[in-house]
Amino acid sequence: MFSFIIRRVLLVIPTFLAIAFLTFVAIRLVPGDPVEARTGERGISPERLAHFRHELGLDQPVWKQFLDYLWQIAHGDFGTSISTQTPILTEFTTLFPATLELAICAMLFATILGIPAGVIAATRRGTYIDYTLMGAALTGFSMPIFWWGLLLILFFSVDLGWTPVSGRIDLLYYFEPVTGFMLIDSWLSSEEGAFASAVSHLILPTIVLGTIPLATIARMTRSAMLEILGEDYVRTARAKGLSPFRVVGIHALRNALIPVVTVIGLQVGALMAGAVLTEYIFSWPGIGSWLIESIQRRDYPVLQGGILLVSGIVIVINILVDLLYGVLNPRIRHAR
Amino acid sequence: MPLLEINDLTVDFKTSGGQFRAVDGVSLTVDRGEILAVVGESGSGKSVAMLAVMGLLPWTATVSAKTLAFDGRDLLTLTPRERRKLVGKDMAMIFQEPMSSLNPCFTVGYQIGESLKVHLGLSKSERRKRSIELLEAVGIPDPERRLSAFPHQLSGGMSQRVMIAIALACRPKLIIADEPTTALDVTIQAQILELLVSLQRETGTGLVLITHDMGVVAETAERVSVHYAGQKIEEQPVAPLFADPHHPYTAALLAALPERATGKHLPSIPGVVPGQFDRPPACLFEPRCRFATDRCRTKVPPRQGAIAGFALCHYPLTHGRPIGHPHPEGREVAA
Repeated sequence: MFSFIIRRVLLVIPTFLAIAFLTFVAIRLVPGDPVEARTGERGISPERLAHFRHELGLDQPVWKQFLDYLWQIAHGDFGTSISTQTPILTEFTTLFPATLELAICAMLFATILGIPAGVIAATRRGTYIDYTLMGAALTGFSMPIFWWGLLLILFFSVDLGWTPVSGRIDLLYYFEPVTGFMLIDSWLSSEEGAFASAVSHLILPTIVLGTIPLATIARMTRSAMLEILGEDYVRTARAKGLSPFRVVGIHALRNALIPVVTVIGLQVGALMAGAVLTEYIFSWPGIGSWLIESIQRRDYPVLQGGILLVSGIVIVINILVDLLYGVLNPRIRHAR
Repeated sequence: MPLLEINDLTVDFKTSGGQFRAVDGVSLTVDRGEILAVVGESGSGKSVAMLAVMGLLPWTATVSAKTLAFDGRDLLTLTPRERRKLVGKDMAMIFQEPMSSLNPCFTVGYQIGESLKVHLGLSKSERRKRSIELLEAVGIPDPERRLSAFPHQLSGGMSQRVMIAIALACRPKLIIADEPTTALDVTIQAQILELLVSLQRETGTGLVLITHDMGVVAETAERVSVHYAGQKIEEQPVAPLFADPHHPYTAALLAALPERATGKHLPSIPGVVPGQFDRPPACLFEPRCRFATDRCRTKVPPRQGAIAGFALCHYPLTHGRPIGHPHPEGREVAA
């Protein structure tokens, strides 16, 4: 088990290098650079353009810039934002809790609804309940996030006026962030109605971000359950005279969860991609909006550092999921 | 009153090709403390009949019977909840594949203790004590340590011992063992059979042993019920059955035992068990029977009396000769 963890951690290094390289090259393939993006349409004299480019090191060959960047990263320095002059790590740690809060809520939403939906569809296989659930899952899975978000805003925020359109909390409330999680901070604050406001702001983004993971988890749970329900040990459980709830909910589900947990882990990566879009739609002040803005400003250090940090988190979560897999599956736990 | 009474049990499966009759009018009884062997090839409906008794058939199956009674209770009219109180407590089942019959995610202790908790409501320490007793009874060394073992850490023989322990947990009145030794090594097979029989003697439970192994039958059973293509075709106590089989199928089955082979080639029964689409109209064994006549092809055979082993045959055998047959020597059937 210990060597397994070491192996997994060592494998992270080439992954990181590849991610750093890809983002580094990709952003430079986009027309324009940070200096041009800042001057806008007013224009700038060629001398000053060259001066700024030299200051930012953009006049160096790309391979040299990349090696310099790696050297910098190796020393734990993610650089500073060109547009705000703030260290990237500081910006990231300020904005990340908002994204994390949204992602956790979306994942809880997807898991809490997805697993029971999959179990119900599997145990009612071939009935209209199964078809309805799986039809809904397929629709949810195919729904473009942008369009789905706008639809929900139009219906719930504009037509019904039930939920706010954007942001994390009403502007009426102000309190010092303690954890960075709006739900917890508003709960801790003495402001009346702050918590309710934070919850109402979270509902639509959670649904939008959680829909695709929900659909994926429901479908995966269904197919895993269908396979497990035909296993001999499920028959053994029934032969013990256990209630259908115990047979399905304990004996079968425990085994079906093994592939489902893997899928949940894989969803974390997709969730980060979805978070970028969702945050943009709902003006959610997290790293998603931050990254999109950095693309528009050609803020190379923010984009490179931000993506590297996000991938780092996705990788860590995937390692944790692998460990959880071992907890769920005794055959893995005992393997040497 | 017998412990288990099955009268005219029929099980149909809905398949894409229409109805398939897996069990066709089977009647059986099992007395308390008795070992009944149910014998037949694959597809003879022996397992399905017993799964119907346990209530473990999938929803595609339709079960009907004149009587299906266990310990004086009519299984057909019980609600699912009432039935679950019997199953696993008063009647238990052991399956063919021990390695896949135990849940890989739970420890041996949990899987034994579960029945004790659900049916007897034992406390945690009582469950542990009883589980250790049970593992000792089925001959598992170091039972206390084994309680925390997972199924993948056990061999096939060990797993089957655990399955037997689970079956015995609530001191059942009837144990149904569905080919309990088929998936095991030959050396382990004998041990498991011995264990089953000795535990059955100690506890006085009824035992239904489903098997296709005539050797197993000869060693363990008291009474034998022979099944073919979903029908019971003969039933006799074990010694007379081996000495004087009355149905041509039983006779052919016994003649096919390697121990009884005299010639150069091992004898076999030509043909295969009829399936869903090639069921003969009258006697189901007729296409493979060396004594078959036109009568066998057109008229459903009658059930003979106890003297003729309840054989389902127009011409039951006595000492190898068909009674009332126009050509008692029979014909050679090409193998």
